[in-house]
Parts: sequence; C-alpha cells; structure tokens
Amino acid sequence: MSETKPKIRVRALKKSFGSKIVLDGVDLDIAAGTGLVVIGGSGSGKSVLIKSILGLITPDAGVIEIDGIDVLRAPRAQARQLRAQIGMLFQNGALFDSIPVWENVAFGLLAERKIRRSAARAKAVEVLAQVGLAETVADLSPSELSGGMQKRVALARAIASAPAIMFFDEPTTGLDPIMGAVIDELIVDCVKRLGSTSIAITHDMASAVRIGDTAGMLLDGKIIWQGPAASLLTSANPYVDQFTHGRADGPIKMALRK
Amino acid sequence: MNWLLNPIAHLGAAVINALGLVGELAIFAATGLVAVFRPPYYPRRIGLALMEIGFFSLPVVSLTALFTGMVLALQSYTGFSRFNAESAIASVVVLSVTRELGPVLAGLMVSGRAGAAMAAELGTMRVTDQIDALSTLSTEPMQYLVAPRLIAGIIAMPLLVCIADILGVMGGFLVAWLKLGFNPNTYLINSFANLRTDDVVSGLIKAAVFGFVIALMGCFNGYRSKGGAQGVGAATTSAVVSASILILALDYILTQLLFTK
Repeated sequence: MSETKPKIRVRALKKSFGSKIVLDGVDLDIAAGTGLVVIGGSGSGKSVLIKSILGLITPDAGVIEIDGIDVLRAPRAQARQLRAQIGMLFQNGALFDSIPVWENVAFGLLAERKIRRSAARAKAVEVLAQVGLAETVADLSPSELSGGMQKRVALARAIASAPAIMFFDEPTTGLDPIMGAVIDELIVDCVKRLGSTSIAITHDMASAVRIGDTAGMLLDGKIIWQGPAASLLTSANPYVDQFTHGRADGPIKMALRK
Repeated sequence: MNWLLNPIAHLGAAVINALGLVGELAIFAATGLVAVFRPPYYPRRIGLALMEIGFFSLPVVSLTALFTGMVLALQSYTGFSRFNAESAIASVVVLSVTRELGPVLAGLMVSGRAGAAMAAELGTMRVTDQIDALSTLSTEPMQYLVAPRLIAGIIAMPLLVCIADILGVMGGFLVAWLKLGFNPNTYLINSFANLRTDDVVSGLIKAAVFGFVIALMGCFNGYRSKGGAQGVGAATTSAVVSASILILALDYILTQLLFTK
C-alpha cells in the first residue's frame, strides 16, 4: 500500500452471482503512474474486478475510489466523468464491426465531441502510427485484420483520448509469443508516454512481468498476495509459485477441492 | 408428496420467471423511450436503421401485400358470388388491406427480417463485449444502439404500410379486372367510394405501434443475450416469435380501440 493518495483505491469489494461468490472483500491500492498486474485462475473474478471499477458491473458492497472520490456513491454525472478517464483494451478487442478502423479509433473522441468528424480520420491515422499501423489500415473493416492487428487497433482506440487510467484485459491472449511481446512493448510504451495508471489482468506470466510494476494474485475472491511484478516468478508464496509455474499439484488444487 | 409438489414448484418458478421477464421488458422499454428524447442524438444511426428496417424490407413487404390483395379478391369472389354480392369485393379488399392486412402482414414480415437482424447484431455485440466497449467510450448504449432503432421502427413501418396498402389494393384490382372480368373503372370507383380517412389512419397508427414493438423486441432480446453463438441464435428466435405474438395481440387491442362502424 502506498503512502501517497492512490489513484485507484478499492476496499472490501464484494460481488456474487446467485450463490457464487466471485469477489469476497477485495482491497487494492494503485498509485498514480504505476501499473498493477492481477493474476489468477479462470473464473477467479479478475474481469469482474475491472468491470466493477469501470462501472459495467454494480458490486454488492465495497468502496471504489478514483482520485479519492467514491464512484459507487458519487452523483451519476460525476461518476461518469471519473470513469471517462479510463481507457480499456478488451480481451478480444471488441472492435465495432460496422464501422472502419479509423472510426473505431476515433470513436471516443467523437463521442466526447473532442474532435470534429472531418478531422477524426487524420487523428486516428496519427494514433494508429503510434501502435505501428500504417494509414492503409485506416479504411479497412476490423474483420479484415489479423488478431495481432485487431489488438493494436483496440490499443489505439484505448489510448486515443490519452486516458489517465488504462485497463488491459488479457492483452496477449490468442497471440503468438512474438506478437504478444510486441503488444506488451506497445502497452509499456503507451502507458509510459501518457503517464497513465494501469491495471492489467493476464494469465501470461511473461507478459505480467513485462507490463506490471506491481502484481497481485486473486484467489477465491480475495487478493492473497501483492508484491513487485518482477518477483512473480520467484515468489515464495506457495499459491503464486504454483500458479506462475503452472504446476498441477499444490495448494490451489486443494483449495478448489474444498 | 414430491410428485405432487414438483409440478406446482415448476409452475411457480415459470410464473416468477415470466413476471421477471415482463418487468425487465418494461424497464427496458421505459429506458429506451427516455433515450429517444435525451441528447445526444445520432441522426446517422437513425438513417442506417431506417434503411435496415424500411428500405431493405420493401421487397418482401411489397410482394406479400401484392399477393395478399390478389388472393383476397379471388377468395372474396368465391364467397360473395354465392350471394350475388360481387360488387362488394372492391370495398372488402380495400378495407381489409388498409385496416388490417397491410399493417399486420407488413409487421410480421418486418419482424422476421429486420427484427431478427437487430437481435442478431446486438446479440453479437453483447457476447463480443462491443456493448461494454461503447460504455467505456463515453457512449450510452441505449442511446446509441436502441433509441435510433426505436425511432426508425416508428417512422419506417407506416411508410412501408402505405406502400403495402397501395400494392395490396392494386393486386386485388388486377385480379378483379384481368381474371374475374370486372370493369376496371367501376372497380376503382367502388374501391374508393367507401374508403374513409380513418380507415387508412387506423392502419398507419397500428403500423407505428408495430414498428415500435418490432424494434423493441429485437433490441431487448439482442441486448440481453449471452452464451456465444447459441445465445445469439436463441435471442434472434425470441425476437421474432415475441414480436409476432405481440403484433397479433396488439392488433386486436388496437382494432377495438380504433373501432368505427
């Protein structure tokens, strides 16, 4: 926990779906300008955690503060304004099929009336260049792009409005190791250039070490470990050790059998 | 005892689920209507939805109306000739088409074409996180996705029904003239002699309501779909079936409300 006021502060966050408890009192502090990586097994609640912070899911209980303001209890307009500073890279890109790449990239800027439609394409091309994509891509449909290119376009869309906070949901899933490393480099570069605070969730340990400053492990709806991302692969915590090294035997399996 | 209680429990669960669904639909409809009037507005999206619901449904609605008018003239002749009432065929065709068959058949056709397409598109957007992505890009999905379709449904359906009315009457006229040997001038005079403005208007009011229902059910089912391709398929089926049933039920209610002697 940092001593300075965190950019994002989560306390006792709880969320259940029916009888299934997904988040069971999550506590997190993310200092401004740092990157947190959350690891955890499938169904451990990682996506629910970031969707709760984004406002896409309403938690059952707890506190989510952005810049010291509780977004769950703030007036709707203020909460929307606070969340408007979050850029999100979805697991499968979530690009809009019905519009070309450039319009996808400029979508948020157009929605916020930060740019005129006539200038939007040029701005989109500029942002696409930042993620290593040529202007020729701008007029294509998202379905005409490879998985790696779709991820880059989705990243371009997430950074287009220079967000103060960025979320990355499984940024390297479905990509080959080299393309995964390229996306990680782009993420690190974009976050550094914008000075953003970031949260990434991933199963990819190499990616976690590359893009995170700190890391946390989510298990049974709780953060059971936090530490430097660089120490993920050498952690003495038996849960983290088992998870990061992908061992079938260990305490996590026992926990699942309970 | 379980054999006795289980069916009751299942019935109770089904009733609770049905009521929950009705509640969800009512909230969705209210939120959609609020979104129609609240800025920002998306004229481009309304234009695209008008093309989808109106323009691209034109061929299927036109053909349905034309053949329905033709069949109606033939069938009316079979019955009316037994009472020497052939002269009433023109009035029966025009009143049936404008007051009833035009809006209902156009509604069912548009529901099968555009309603299904809406549910499939929104369902795919839902299961691929595109609707969540809209929210993260400062865009309210109800205003961007649902409101334009509701507006387009309300505008496009009356326009389609106007065309369906004309083609339906024309179909009846062609059969009466070319097949049944009616004098074309007399048939046309008879057609419009008994047609009143409220006959056409009541059909257009029905059309606007059906347009709203088609868009609402398409959006509602697509918006709440889940579970990948199977979920999208189920949402599409539900959109068409529920819109069709609502159209037929509302048709009776509206007919009673707009009933004139």
